[in-house]
Amino acid sequence: MKVKLLFFASLREQLGTPGEEVDLPSGVTTVAALREHLIQRGGAYGKAFGGKALVRAAVNQDMVQPSAPIQAGDEVAFFPPVTGG
Amino acid sequence: MRISVQREDFDAGAEIRRLSGDGSVGAIASFVGLVRDVPMTLEHYAGMTEREIAKIAHEAAQRWNVIDVTVIHRFGELRPADQIVLVAVAAAHRGEAFAACEFVMDYLKTRAPFWKKEHRAGAAEWVEAKASDDAAAERWTGAGKDPGATSSR
Repeated sequence: MKVKLLFFASLREQLGTPGEEVDLPSGVTTVAALREHLIQRGGAYGKAFGGKALVRAAVNQDMVQPSAPIQAGDEVAFFPPVTGG
Repeated sequence: MRISVQREDFDAGAEIRRLSGDGSVGAIASFVGLVRDVPMTLEHYAGMTEREIAKIAHEAAQRWNVIDVTVIHRFGELRPADQIVLVAVAAAHRGEAFAACEFVMDYLKTRAPFWKKEHRAGAAEWVEAKASDDAAAERWTGAGKDPGATSSR
């Protein structure tokens, strides 16, 4: 299943990319599983998504909980807690 | 309702005058946030940011008897004393205008996807989210309670 990933702010800088298209293994169907999948890549991804890193997620531009499902064609964004206003 | 996420500066006076309406508006409460001390870059998630702000403004309009809402939030490079954000709420009476304006600001700080990066001498650092901002937004949850009703915060 193909999804579009987007990274913002410190996460974008840590990973060195604003996003990518990714083809996910069949077991990866939630935001939490996707995060775990990215941690398995190791390196910058392991650091950015692992441990106690505070990472928020949005699916198709709606803020979601880790248990939220993802489907083919979704736009999944990861970012640190927001600091606007 | 007017929602704008933009690089350019805004004229708060003109925006407030625009909300004056047709005679039904008795109160306009506004908030302008400014850059303090340090130059910064504001990053945002184009598309989601506008949607999230619109959701917050709609929520405010449902909770209070609000006639119109304007929210303008800038992104890009900003210097000390620059305007960052404007929230202006028009209502029949001041209580509703004040409450809705504060509600929109509190939720904007915790839900709208913006990230500040401060540029201090020789170093640039992402601003960390504050627990006090989450607490400010949370006081609006609870059964119809308004801030001030709970003394612990």
